[in-house]
Amino acid sequence: MELLLFIVRRFLRLVLTILIISTIIFFVIRVIPGDPALVVAGIDASDDDIQAIRVRLGTDVPVGVQYVRWLSDIVRFDFGESMISGASVNKLILERFPLTLTLAVLGIMLGIIVAIPLGVLSAVHRWSFWDYFGMVYSQMGMAIPSFWLGLILLLVFAVKIPLFPLFGSDSLKHLILPAIALGFARAAVILRLTRAAMVEELSREYIITARAKGLTDRMIRYKHALRNAMIAVVTITGIQFGYMLGGAIIVEQVFSLPGLGRLFLYAIYQRDFPLIQGGVVFIAIVFSLVNFAVDILYSVLNPKIRIS
Amino acid sequence: MLEIKNLNISFVQGEKEANALRGISLSLKRNEVHSLVGESGSGKTVTSTCIMGLLPTPPGRINSGQIILNNQDLLLLEEKDQRQIRGKEIAMVFQEPARYLNPTLKVGDQITEMLILHLGMSNIEAVDRALEILELVGLEGGKRILDSYPHELSGGMKQRIMIAIAISCNPAFLIADEPTTALDVTLQLQILNLMLSLKNTLDMGILFISHDLRVVHDISDWVSVIYAGRIVESTSRKELFTNPKHPYTRLLLESIPDADKRGQRLQTIPGKVPDAENIPGGCAFHTRCPIAEDICKTDLPETKEVGSDNSGTSHTAACHFIGKQWKN
Repeated sequence: MELLLFIVRRFLRLVLTILIISTIIFFVIRVIPGDPALVVAGIDASDDDIQAIRVRLGTDVPVGVQYVRWLSDIVRFDFGESMISGASVNKLILERFPLTLTLAVLGIMLGIIVAIPLGVLSAVHRWSFWDYFGMVYSQMGMAIPSFWLGLILLLVFAVKIPLFPLFGSDSLKHLILPAIALGFARAAVILRLTRAAMVEELSREYIITARAKGLTDRMIRYKHALRNAMIAVVTITGIQFGYMLGGAIIVEQVFSLPGLGRLFLYAIYQRDFPLIQGGVVFIAIVFSLVNFAVDILYSVLNPKIRIS
Repeated sequence: MLEIKNLNISFVQGEKEANALRGISLSLKRNEVHSLVGESGSGKTVTSTCIMGLLPTPPGRINSGQIILNNQDLLLLEEKDQRQIRGKEIAMVFQEPARYLNPTLKVGDQITEMLILHLGMSNIEAVDRALEILELVGLEGGKRILDSYPHELSGGMKQRIMIAIAISCNPAFLIADEPTTALDVTLQLQILNLMLSLKNTLDMGILFISHDLRVVHDISDWVSVIYAGRIVESTSRKELFTNPKHPYTRLLLESIPDADKRGQRLQTIPGKVPDAENIPGGCAFHTRCPIAEDICKTDLPETKEVGSDNSGTSHTAACHFIGKQWKN
């Protein structure tokens, strides 16, 4: 019951967040100098053409009316049509989203599978081989840029040793290398945090109690300490996942994957305003949803949170 | 009986060595409260940590001594065998229940995990037993309490839960390290009474570690006073409070606030406990002692029988000048 109330409260907050973000996006785009219709129409366009584009963009009416229309569009998840292809923005985004989502999920899974066990191992056996390995890994992970790692991965595992395909996005196999390139740095962050959280939890007083109870080391580490350490780990993992969804642009470019990142990049190149607006709102919604999910998971792990 | 014999412990860090315990001996009988009294830094907590086998080595180092339970020296046992004793034969209650309970585990789990581990109970048996224990420590609400997280309970309830955890496997001995210090006065009294009644019902020996002489007076059968890693005086509660022999004990007793002394300046002992790295030679207390003479700076006083009555109660103290008068 307490948990349900918490979820409802967080959901209302989610709606409010999206409303605020949409408002900011609306005004930021209006503040950018220049009439979008002029940009679209080009210098040689006649006044009638420009006016026609304004009507299509909906910029022919006062800002207040535009804002109300904008909000009602968002409530109905209607972001209009692309000015370049004429297809609905929704359709364009939903066509590309599964690929980016799959990539991010693979990336975060890779991060979790590598980082959390290694982080726990590093904390439990401090200054051991695994701890040093973890340190070297996390230093490298944070220092190596993902586009460079992507290129090297392609060069080694697609060209020299052709284990993976060089292009395309048809099968899971195509996504392994991009997921590694995307997840490598994220895993480094999760690893550092897992180690730090676990070291801190192991030094808490309740661990002394657990030892005084005569519990085995396994129980102390994995039942008592890890449970508490996971609170911080889940939060950071969620944030990293959000990053991946929004930040796959570079990796998608390196691997020529037709994901959201590329879609928005070209939208910006071509000044496709409805698509840019829709894209930013979409990413904001996805990011908020990820945070919402993390909050709920967090409160399941940390009973104290639910009260406040 | 739990016997600590001549326990000597150092903490070593690089070149530095801190002599935390310098030959502590004490014994704890079942159905008895033996208090270990001293200022902070005197070695109380090191003693309890070592009895529990929780002393980290390094930096800790056991130079000599024995801790005897059921004819075996706990210090010689392997970690695996020590674990069988921790929580099952000797249990411990800590000062701040809020910090010593796991915040993300339900109280019930924190009690039943010991029953399952040490007594091989099934989950259902363990829950039933946990409900009995809750009644024993005076917590009403049964299942509802077992399903709570520590932060949902009050401070007094949390300390009762700590005690419930400690007594769950019917330990022969309980070490209570300042169990009431973090509680307010009315709760202190409740917890002390609870511990006394549990001592009787469970026939349990309690090593009560405290710096609060009033609490010690209320609860103890026997009292040992510790100073700079040595026991300077040890006798029955009555004898200690009516006939203290060691100057340190006398000063401690005089520094208890008392309604009869209203209007007078509260006595304090000048100086502080020497830190374990720089313990003065001879009698460690000579730097603060009102009756110290030259011999106190050079010779360590032996612990000797100083009892004056013929009741047979043992009364030992370690001072060169037992009975010497001093000017106030």
